[in-house]
Amino acid sequence: MKIAIPVDEKTLESNVCASFGRTPYFLIYDTETKESVFIDNSAAASTGGAGIKAAQIIVDNKANVLLTPRCGENAADVLKSADIKIYKTSSGSVKDNIAAFVDGKLPLLDEIHAGFHGHGGN
Amino acid sequence: MKQLLILSGKGGTGKTTIASAFIKLADAKAYADCDVDAPNLHLITGWNVEPEKTDYYGLPKAQINPELCIECNQCRQHCRFDAIQVEEKYKADPFACEGCGVCAYVCPVEAITLIPAVAGELMLYSDGERVFSTAQLKMGSGTSGMLVTEVKKQMKAAAVDTQLAIIDGSPGIGCPVIASLSGVDMVLIVAEPSISGISDMQRIINTAAKFGTNTAVCINKYDTNIENTEKIEGFCEKQGLPFIGRIPFDSSAVRAINNGQTVVDIDCASGTAVKELYHKAMNLLFEKGGG
Amino acid sequence: MRIAVLSGKGGTGKTLVSVNLAAIAKTSTYIDCDVEEPNGHLFFKPEGVVEEEISVKIPKVDNERCNGCRKCVDFCKFNALAYTKNKLIVFDEVCHSCGGCILVCPEKALTEKEETIGKVQKGISGEVTVWTGILHTGEASGIPIIKKLLAENNPEANKQVFIDCPPGSACIVMESIKDADYCILVAEPTLFGVHNLNMVYELVKLFNKPLGVVLNKCLEGENPSEKFCLEKDITILGRIPFDNELGTLNSNAEIVANKNEKYRELFSSLLNTVVKEVRHETTVNP
Repeated sequence: MKIAIPVDEKTLESNVCASFGRTPYFLIYDTETKESVFIDNSAAASTGGAGIKAAQIIVDNKANVLLTPRCGENAADVLKSADIKIYKTSSGSVKDNIAAFVDGKLPLLDEIHAGFHGHGGN
Repeated sequence: MKQLLILSGKGGTGKTTIASAFIKLADAKAYADCDVDAPNLHLITGWNVEPEKTDYYGLPKAQINPELCIECNQCRQHCRFDAIQVEEKYKADPFACEGCGVCAYVCPVEAITLIPAVAGELMLYSDGERVFSTAQLKMGSGTSGMLVTEVKKQMKAAAVDTQLAIIDGSPGIGCPVIASLSGVDMVLIVAEPSISGISDMQRIINTAAKFGTNTAVCINKYDTNIENTEKIEGFCEKQGLPFIGRIPFDSSAVRAINNGQTVVDIDCASGTAVKELYHKAMNLLFEKGGG
Repeated sequence: MRIAVLSGKGGTGKTLVSVNLAAIAKTSTYIDCDVEEPNGHLFFKPEGVVEEEISVKIPKVDNERCNGCRKCVDFCKFNALAYTKNKLIVFDEVCHSCGGCILVCPEKALTEKEETIGKVQKGISGEVTVWTGILHTGEASGIPIIKKLLAENNPEANKQVFIDCPPGSACIVMESIKDADYCILVAEPTLFGVHNLNMVYELVKLFNKPLGVVLNKCLEGENPSEKFCLEKDITILGRIPFDNELGTLNSNAEIVANKNEKYRELFSSLLNTVVKEVRHETTVNP
């Protein structure tokens, strides 16, 4: 399966980015082939609706799950509509979080925050 | 790093006066002015260095090439924002234009392009120990929400390793306020004991609640109307909102500010009250993560 | 004549001035364009209030007609549309109602529905017609409400319309002063006050509006806002002293000009000056 994760830098040692919508890059990791692909997040430059655009990117890259520390309601709606499950990352590197997910140790992300209606992001 | 945001709903209640005092008391290493429309914090935080300035680009603006334009009026008919004006030739009003691209789409001769437009300026003051992030929105601009986001992003990116960031917010409940609420750990609402002030306070509390932000309330210039002060305290109790202090009206405060000082730089009644308020706010912020 | 009252900085006294001038002028209209935090109605307590909802147009999709081409998603500059698993999702709050997606859809699968963002109220208080604009909390922009308030109020030649503007100098303030004949800038004698006065002065000049300043909360000693006016050769329309009694009445939402002779005279005199000034400016610079 394909896992998507927002990352600060283009390496597996990178931290998971604190923001989903405005992360600089996404890592798409294939658990079967063990291949990593880093893509630029064009949503980061948006004046608004960054979460929506970022979610569209995840959908278009055919990810099956998203690992992220937080996610806004609009982005979550897009992902839910595409049957992509969202799991909550813990502190630590991308590598650690992928391993934790594969071991079934990451919880589903329950608290979807209200989102910033096209004007926010952190 | 915990972020404390100071909002009010109504203008002129004392956000910047209190924010600047908190910054002084905490010896804060990271702070920001998110009132990008009318920033004032830089006037009393006494930085001697020039800030690093960055142009802020908001939405692009439509530009009509008069040489290609055939004056078919399609653009004006389709523009939802009344942004196409005709005076001798067709022109897009940069203040009204929202950069939607509809005019460019409907133009049969491709005479319209969307050009990046500077909508403001970001400023970052830093001296290796502290950082102060602020910005000025170009007058008449929209997209202040995104500029507010950039101010906070700039502060976080530059911030030295510190536990506390203090953010001075803007009046109102619209887009810049909504943007400033994102990711903060606690909002302190500065209320004014007037009927207008109470009405505005309720609307900002309502807005903060929509975003699930931990909220506390204080009253400034409380002795200008004791009856209303008590009304506000009663309201907070009923809503289960922590009420953490009242500051008296103090003409020394005005004098201090006009001299470029904070109210805790001089010996005065409001300064004493702000000190107490500060301690209560910090307890709430760090103990329970904001109440 | 349409007179806009603005300030740059919040809390300087826009509502105090606009409400009291409208009250003194008797047959007049008061429009509250501070749709995020409207306060004028608290003073006027208007009666016979009628309300109208203000809405904006948001796209809605007919999924049967949609062929998944995504032209709308790609066109939208505001990222208000997303396409997943053969379904188009519309995000109302992010949408700017530009109508672009409707235009680009090759299958005519998109139409528009109305979504409320706020309301406009009209009432009467004595001889003053009171218009109030109210933006629903959580909505980002009150511009469509201000547009409605001003469209409804094309004034007869000699009737006075007082427009109470929002603080700041952003797009929402511009919208409020766009059609004004004259701008009254209210300034307070503080460091922050003069800083923001400068800002809003530039905005009003950019719009080529004639303007004058009312100095509020005046104390003894130097007034930085007064100094600014003198330096820039700006007409000072009047001075309202810092006055505890006035402050208390105002904080209890009382219209001070109706409350006692002292304030009635203060605002009467201010109104006379304003009217004279507006007439002069509009004949000299029509």
